[in-house]
Amino acid sequence: MTPELSSRPRMAVGCRLNEKKQPSRVLHMPEKALRVSGPSLEIIERCDGRRTVQEIISELQKLYSKAEPQKVAADILEYLARLHAQRALDFIGGETDRSANAK
Amino acid sequence: MTSAVPTPLALIAELTHRCPLHCVYCSNPLEMAQRADELSTETWTRVFREAAAAGVLQADFTGGEPLARSDTVDLVRVARAAGLYVNLITSGLPLDEARLDELVQAGIDHIQLSFQGATEESANEFSGTKSHAQKLRVLDWLKRRRVAVTLNFVIHRGNIHQLAEMLALAESSCAGRIEFANVQYYGWAFSNRENLLPTREQLDRSVEFMKHAQERLRGRMQVEYVVPDYYAKYPKACMGGWGQKMILITPNGDVLPCHAARIIPGMQFENVKSGSIRDIWENSEAFRKFRGTEWMPELCKSCDRRERDFGGCRCQAFLLTGDAAATDPVCSLAPQRSIVDAVVAAANDAAEKPLVKPNWLYRPNPA
Repeated sequence: MTPELSSRPRMAVGCRLNEKKQPSRVLHMPEKALRVSGPSLEIIERCDGRRTVQEIISELQKLYSKAEPQKVAADILEYLARLHAQRALDFIGGETDRSANAK
Repeated sequence: MTSAVPTPLALIAELTHRCPLHCVYCSNPLEMAQRADELSTETWTRVFREAAAAGVLQADFTGGEPLARSDTVDLVRVARAAGLYVNLITSGLPLDEARLDELVQAGIDHIQLSFQGATEESANEFSGTKSHAQKLRVLDWLKRRRVAVTLNFVIHRGNIHQLAEMLALAESSCAGRIEFANVQYYGWAFSNRENLLPTREQLDRSVEFMKHAQERLRGRMQVEYVVPDYYAKYPKACMGGWGQKMILITPNGDVLPCHAARIIPGMQFENVKSGSIRDIWENSEAFRKFRGTEWMPELCKSCDRRERDFGGCRCQAFLLTGDAAATDPVCSLAPQRSIVDAVVAAANDAAEKPLVKPNWLYRPNPA
């Protein structure tokens, strides 16, 4: 699936980044953990349930201003879809909103 | 093979061996730690900090029943403060809504709720106590809280025919994951093995059922199925390999490579009171003994799978052959596979005899 630009991604229940003070950054999920750095980390840090997908794309296009903007957008959409498939992300306000058991 | 010591990833914290359940397949040792010998809150706090500093990412709170301690909420808080992802593996018995709220506020990341069956009658028989109704209440409370939930069903000959009912129960809950794990044969399960090992026919049917369930639920709920080692072609990488990923700390602070390692004769274990987690992990004799591939018999050492399954389980090798350094006899290539074949054959023969109520050896609650 392709994330909708107006939806707001956030970490799924049981998934979170470890804290900044730790030597390497890790995305915790139930029963596994992924080491994240660079653009992946920049994306995940912005999946806070407030920013829309479009806003995340715009911020990263500024951050990586030397990269082709279309390529940045495509990479972000692909990465968000991958995290969603791994059940690490929910999209609030999108059709795939799975946040039923959340407060 | 690399000689560098790997980084530990998970800490299995056996907070206590006390438990309101008396499951006939409990993975605790036959000789359990007494309450008086349990580590203090302060010592566990230090252990979590040391573990995080050594690279550990996750703490699995287990037991016994981890909620049998009065300071479990505090331990969740200090483990989170140490930077760990905190997973609670519980029967759900010593829990009410207020305590669940405290756990959530303390930062619990993930709760694994165990089930002994799909029906009140069978679950109570295998756990030796009235437990099922309370678990259903806990499931209901979990629906209204933001915490990840996995349901753990323990499968064996006596309940393997209930998989459809178990799955229906899971689907009606808020769980994102469900684990159906067949009993493995150590500890209390080894003592009760003849009444627990499923037949070949039961197992084949269950594998088929799970395949369909996994396909149907893909994307909605993650379904894991673990078959008994005795029916597998190759052994599992027990604990991800001895001293490769996991550290287990017993209620009294002994540091073990796995749940059952204490049964291996001649093993000496360090205690958290006498050394740091990093030093024990890297240098203690117990962790070095079967780490990597050096210790292996020639069959394993020359096998392509040597760094996938690490020769299987040392405790199982000892229990079945009397030699902890033997190839795990569940491996189809193992010279002593016939031992496992005989056990499996006996279980399948026994299935044809008329059913008698098993004479279970129930796990007691330590003082």
